[in-house]
Amino acid sequence: MSDIINLTLSALIDKIKKKELSSQEITNAYIARAEKSKDLNTYITTDFENAIEKAKKFDEKGNFDCKLPGVPLAVKDLFCTNNLKTTAGSKILSNFIPSYESTVTQYLWDEGAILLGKLNCDEFAMGSSNETSFFGNVESPVGKKVVPGGSSGGSASALAAKLTPATIGTDTGGSIRQPASFTGTVGLKPTYGSCSRYGIVAFASSLDQAGPMTQDVSDAALMLDVISKYDTKDSTSVNFKRGDYFKSLSSNIKGKKIGIPKEYRVDGMPKEIESLWQDGITLLKKLGAKIIDISLPHTKYALPAYYIVAPAEASSNLARYDGVKYGYRSEGENLISMYENTRSEGFGDEVKRRIMIGTYVLSSGYYDAYYLKAQKIRRLIKNDFDEVYKSVDAILTPSTPSSAFKIGDKTDDPVSMYLNDIFTVPVNLSGLPAISIPAGKDKNNYPLGLQIIGKAFEEQNLLDISYSMEKELNFKNNLQDWWIK
Amino acid sequence: MSIDLKTIKHIAKLSRISIDDKKAKELEKDLNSIFEFIEALNKVDTKKVDPLTSIAETSLKLRGDEVKTKNIREQILKNSPDENKDFFVVPKVVE
Amino acid sequence: MSKNKEYLIKRGSSEYEVIIGLEVHAQVLSKSKLFSDSPTNFGAEPNTQVSLVDAAFPGMLPVINEFCIKQAVKTGIGLNAVINKKSIFDRKNYFYADLPQGYQISQYKDPIVGEGSILLDLPDGEKNVGIERLHLEQDAGKSIHDIDPQNTLVDLNRSGVALMEIVSKPDLRSPEEVNLYIKKLRSIMRYLGTCDGNMQEGSLRADVNVSIRKTGDKKLGTRCEIKNVNSIKFMQMAIEYEANRQADILEEGGSIDQETRLFDTKKNETRSMRSKEDAHDYRYFPDPDLLPLELTEDFISKIKKEIPELPDEKKKRFVDKFKLTPYEANILVSDIETSKYFENVIKNSDVKLATNWITGELFALLNDRNLEMSESPISSKNLSTLINLIKDGTISGKIAKTVFEIMANESKDPKSIIDEKGLKQQSDPKEIEKIVDAVIKENPKNVELFKSGKDKLFGFFVGQVMKKTDGKANPKLVNDILKKKLN
Ligand SMILES: [Mg+2]
Ligand SMILES: [Zn+2]
Repeated sequence: MSDIINLTLSALIDKIKKKELSSQEITNAYIARAEKSKDLNTYITTDFENAIEKAKKFDEKGNFDCKLPGVPLAVKDLFCTNNLKTTAGSKILSNFIPSYESTVTQYLWDEGAILLGKLNCDEFAMGSSNETSFFGNVESPVGKKVVPGGSSGGSASALAAKLTPATIGTDTGGSIRQPASFTGTVGLKPTYGSCSRYGIVAFASSLDQAGPMTQDVSDAALMLDVISKYDTKDSTSVNFKRGDYFKSLSSNIKGKKIGIPKEYRVDGMPKEIESLWQDGITLLKKLGAKIIDISLPHTKYALPAYYIVAPAEASSNLARYDGVKYGYRSEGENLISMYENTRSEGFGDEVKRRIMIGTYVLSSGYYDAYYLKAQKIRRLIKNDFDEVYKSVDAILTPSTPSSAFKIGDKTDDPVSMYLNDIFTVPVNLSGLPAISIPAGKDKNNYPLGLQIIGKAFEEQNLLDISYSMEKELNFKNNLQDWWIK
Repeated sequence: MSIDLKTIKHIAKLSRISIDDKKAKELEKDLNSIFEFIEALNKVDTKKVDPLTSIAETSLKLRGDEVKTKNIREQILKNSPDENKDFFVVPKVVE
Repeated sequence: MSKNKEYLIKRGSSEYEVIIGLEVHAQVLSKSKLFSDSPTNFGAEPNTQVSLVDAAFPGMLPVINEFCIKQAVKTGIGLNAVINKKSIFDRKNYFYADLPQGYQISQYKDPIVGEGSILLDLPDGEKNVGIERLHLEQDAGKSIHDIDPQNTLVDLNRSGVALMEIVSKPDLRSPEEVNLYIKKLRSIMRYLGTCDGNMQEGSLRADVNVSIRKTGDKKLGTRCEIKNVNSIKFMQMAIEYEANRQADILEEGGSIDQETRLFDTKKNETRSMRSKEDAHDYRYFPDPDLLPLELTEDFISKIKKEIPELPDEKKKRFVDKFKLTPYEANILVSDIETSKYFENVIKNSDVKLATNWITGELFALLNDRNLEMSESPISSKNLSTLINLIKDGTISGKIAKTVFEIMANESKDPKSIIDEKGLKQQSDPKEIEKIVDAVIKENPKNVELFKSGKDKLFGFFVGQVMKKTDGKANPKLVNDILKKKLN
């Protein structure tokens, strides 16, 4: 049994196809481990009975030619799942059962995957430590009382703790890459428009993007093959020619030009991050890539711009949670007090804070000074990338400015929490694809990640670079299973 | 620039979130520190910059005028907090 | 420039001019909604025309209906307006029970259609009313306050239905002009097939902006917006009331507050909607779920080719080609069904007679029975036949009226009615001569009197002949023969 959970997704698939393992054996193994790992608090909702049932059916008459034949998967609780509670980590949706399925999860099931359950996340994906979830903190398997990052914290933790062979998260400002970096896993945010947003609880529509979180780069390619498809139900979905990512993976990156942006060398960045980055550069050179110093001059404005754009969109996206149609309702003597009580009790502090910021920056008299200004900065940030991509193929940066921290360390100061996403946010503002791969550890033995940012729609290039680095890095989490009961 | 309590309460009203005085004070502190950080943007001259609203490099796609969703009233109403099989129900609104 | 009959509010020595602008909400004729694939049927059971998108379920996204865009462009062309090649959908944020998303998708700064105009026919000449813009937006659901005494019930059937908001310039000056404006706008949209204009079903509603100023003043006064008025009569009453209310305030030295008001149809007055006033900040911003709408020249020119002859052109053609008076032409073109009917009738029959019969007998009949032209019990083909029977002398105009009445009740064709009832006109001069002779013979005294100069008695003889023939004798022949015989 312990062998099963140590297999990568692609190895599992291989064994299923060769009939060396059955879907039931695999599903049972992950369920058994999840039952013993409740202390990590990764799951909000489990669907184990159904999963076992489906695994049985798959073993009886499943299609082994699928991309994910009989593979059990847990997903972030931001994806709406038909007939299974979907909460977005919020009290306001704590009793919500969708009658529909998100496009990307549907793609998983269409390829033979089986849903294990829904993973914890920051409330409405707003957070960088999974501490804003109504369903409690998630612990990272990398250390006791350590945050897994966020907002896809439950996903990262479950993946690192081997409670699911792979998973999908969503990334609005770093919510896939930062937790991947904190947990020693691979997280890919695809180009905006690659994966349909249909059926994903919206945070900030112009930034949200679903993506794979996996144990290694080939698994990420495999998952991307499944979830990246054009969807007419999402008006921002882009109909571009997608690659055959998994099959085309190549570790030959000779001659590729990699940019190193000087602006990512921020004040107070720990030495170990700096040396991680340097090692990455050295490795790329060794692999035959050409290193080019570049400048992305508006980088430092990305985070403030993000904290206008994302809350503005969120304040409007979250207006639908009003106690009328679904979800939590608190009574009130009239309609307005019903709204105010429902939203006040139904949303947590961070969500309320962002709704307030968003409302403020859009309100009359402030729109130009904040929202419009941020949209203009967004243009400048994107222009920076467009400019450097004339001379480089990809960009290498650290994924985060620090390693994972302890639960409660940053909850009192929102700005210090926001700074976690300083390296990831420019990517979302520009709609680019980026991946975080585990590349080293800090003095506490907590993982550290490197981020590779690619050109729009050139995920293959991104995957090839990280694939080749991964081989050389040979990163191992070596977790001690301390949480297992 | 700083955001005062009165503004906090106005924004809360616009956001339809009820807050008591204690909460308002907390929010005043948090929002001011966040906006202090946001004010960095004022250093950038954006007079000649076009705002970027949509990052998707595509044009708006159009759908045919077809009815696909028929009567799904049960689905629509099944999650609603009040039990009424025909309508959504809210506290009496006086116009 | 013709001068219109002025509508002025008088207070003592002051005279106030009334300035009116309209924001008309016209429901786009389409099968499915603007951003979702649920139906737009009117009068369905509550919440049965609602998709997950219309009810704003988590993760649901808008996808725009191409036909609604075409309809808006078509209407824009019909209003002689600028079609904007790039337009943007914005979110208008506010909380309301029947607004499931917590925002309405509308167009704010960049509407699909820009400036245009509508030509009004006033009794003393024509007047151009400017159109400021036309934009597409979603309708809201419906709050129902009178079923449940404790609660408000919400029906989302209308939620997401496509509306065109057509904003006029403040060019209207009287309730009568508003009447003509709405009718003309409605007529144009019905010609185009872009809105059915059915006011009872709410397909056409208007927000009415009213301000007043002393005659001669250049500066506009402060305006009040009267929300969501759903009949022309109510619009007129609301304007009348509101203009007088404002005049009273100004006369007393007060000033007008810019505000949103509601027209209470029972009390015939407008009153302030303070509830809507507080927290009045819509926080418009471009909807990030949608991209800018870009129209190609090709898309627009294809639509241009589909534009039918519109009322103004049709009227001109009717006047030029058929020599109708502008008044007659106006009546015939104002409703598309009427104009179609007219054109069908005149395919094979006399224009003058057709005009008279349609605007006279047929209109009276429809009016009487409260029917639309499309519901006319007399088909255009049958009316055309009837007119030809008059023209060729088969029946007299008077008999024709009898036949018309029978047609109205039995919807038979006029020929068989005439045959069945033996209503054919007697046009044989020999037959009529016999009858004339008989009448002369029977009335020697009156013949005497007539010959001695009492000309008026001629009518008596005609009447006697008609009586003997049940009115079927050809009147012209009767006249001719009588004259000959009596002189
Ligand atoms: Mg209005
Ligand atoms: Zn409107």
